[in-house]
Amino acid sequence: MTRPAAPPARRPAARLGWLVPAVTLGGLLPVAVLILDALSGALGANPIQRATLQTGLLTLALLVLSLACTPLRLLTGWTWPARIRKTLGLLAFGYAALHFLIYLFDHGFDLTLMTEDVLKRPFITAGFTALLLLVPLALTSTPRAVRRLGFQRWTRLHQLSYVAVSLGALHYYWGVKQDHTPPLIYAAVIATLFLIRLLKRRPARPARQAGSRPAKP
Amino acid sequence: MTDPRTPGEPGTDRRASELHGAESHSPESQVTDTPDGQRRILTPGTPNPRREFLRSAALFTATAGALGGGLELLTRRPGVGSAEAQAADPFSRAVRPLGPYDTDEKVTPYQQATTYNNFYEFGTDKSDPARLAGSLKTRPWTVRIDGEVRKPMTVDIDTLQSWFPLEDRIYRMRCVEGWSMVMPWLGFPLAALIRRLEPTGKAKYVQFTALLDPKQFPGQRQPVLKWPYVEGLRLDEALHPLAFMAVGLHGRALPGQNGAPLRLVVPWKYGFKNIKSVVRITLTEKQPQTTWALAAPQEYGFYANVNPAVPHPRWSQATERRIGEVGRRKTLPFNGYADEVAGLYRGMDLRKNF
Repeated sequence: MTRPAAPPARRPAARLGWLVPAVTLGGLLPVAVLILDALSGALGANPIQRATLQTGLLTLALLVLSLACTPLRLLTGWTWPARIRKTLGLLAFGYAALHFLIYLFDHGFDLTLMTEDVLKRPFITAGFTALLLLVPLALTSTPRAVRRLGFQRWTRLHQLSYVAVSLGALHYYWGVKQDHTPPLIYAAVIATLFLIRLLKRRPARPARQAGSRPAKP
Repeated sequence: MTDPRTPGEPGTDRRASELHGAESHSPESQVTDTPDGQRRILTPGTPNPRREFLRSAALFTATAGALGGGLELLTRRPGVGSAEAQAADPFSRAVRPLGPYDTDEKVTPYQQATTYNNFYEFGTDKSDPARLAGSLKTRPWTVRIDGEVRKPMTVDIDTLQSWFPLEDRIYRMRCVEGWSMVMPWLGFPLAALIRRLEPTGKAKYVQFTALLDPKQFPGQRQPVLKWPYVEGLRLDEALHPLAFMAVGLHGRALPGQNGAPLRLVVPWKYGFKNIKSVVRITLTEKQPQTTWALAAPQEYGFYANVNPAVPHPRWSQATERRIGEVGRRKTLPFNGYADEVAGLYRGMDLRKNF
């Protein structure tokens, strides 16, 4: 693995020990701020609604960031995004769980009410399904799980993350009353990331096709 | 986490090769970064541990800060004001005995009633109105009265207000989003105004139009809704004694974020019917095209009576959170005013006419 472009990326492996802890700390920072906001009254007149909204947005943002890692690596050749992908994904799952807990708390942990919501309201159905899809992904996030499942199966399982994030964006879209711009921005970013992955998946094949095409006419 | 080319341990090869590279004498490793001649030259390829530590610490802090700060920017929408401000509450229940239309429920504190508002003319966030209401100039202000009335006119808000003695009304307010407040309004019955306008025999509806001015209403620069905001009532609804025109709140002039200087209050309907900053009142023969019904006709109807049995297509209307409370309460038909207003809708299918 000796590359001509070595100087900018010198010894990244040896020097990136700080990266995962930094991402973990940065990703948890909003929890601290949320608690401080709640204690100081800065969440406003409807604090539960604000906390619900913010944890939902944090889930979506972190899921998008975790899904951006592979496309970023494919585009740039950097390896560091692959090191923080799991951390970002687990942070997203943590916020999704918190979001769900706040929702349950808001409804007095009334499971019949929740079941009815999940079954009857497409908005809740989408969000709840997204959360359920994240559970197996979080459970199989360890290197051991990758070994146990085998890389192919593990990859196929983790492609569910795209379904989950899309359902999350839909949940957000259906949840807002009128201003649909922010959820549409998320949807556009998700679509772009997915597209990069599709285009970059088999770099050999499109290159060959591109090479053969001009010869035809 | 795992590199597709190296199943199992991610990046193992690379790390190994880098370490190997560091031990062997690559051309790069011979460059030493010792400052002046102070110290002896370091072993080629071995980083200065102190430097390395400082560099890592700096990168750690910067990355954690950037990610945390970025997430906050993307997701945090702080409310306006703080808990301390809630202490000062200008309205006092003891001032007068309750009237026949007043609720005896705990009044929502002034601070909350004036910082948690839906007023899309200022922006779609609940804190936008309180933050931006300073741009609204409520004097001079005129109200145009036209349509099916004997004497169309344009009247100054102070003149209009002087026509009626001001009354207090403590009403529940239920937002279509599933939260509610108890608001001590100051104003006059809409029926008194309508009678004074002398509607013609053709008048069947009352249409209200809010101010259109993107300079004062920054939210109108975005086409979130069709501006200006328009609302309407059937004439018999407008003549109901509960229907009210508010010019004040909590014993003082209406703040901009609550719809100064003149707003409608129909407590048995969802909050969006209560049009704010009214500049025109038109009596019409035909049912007015109201803003939310135009924006999403399958979700918001002309009537918009509070009805726990008819869910919003996307969420339930069975419960609501009273602002300031933790749990949820059951939503009542017609927002608890069924005894007074249910008669207006006798024989109507309220599922169809939502």
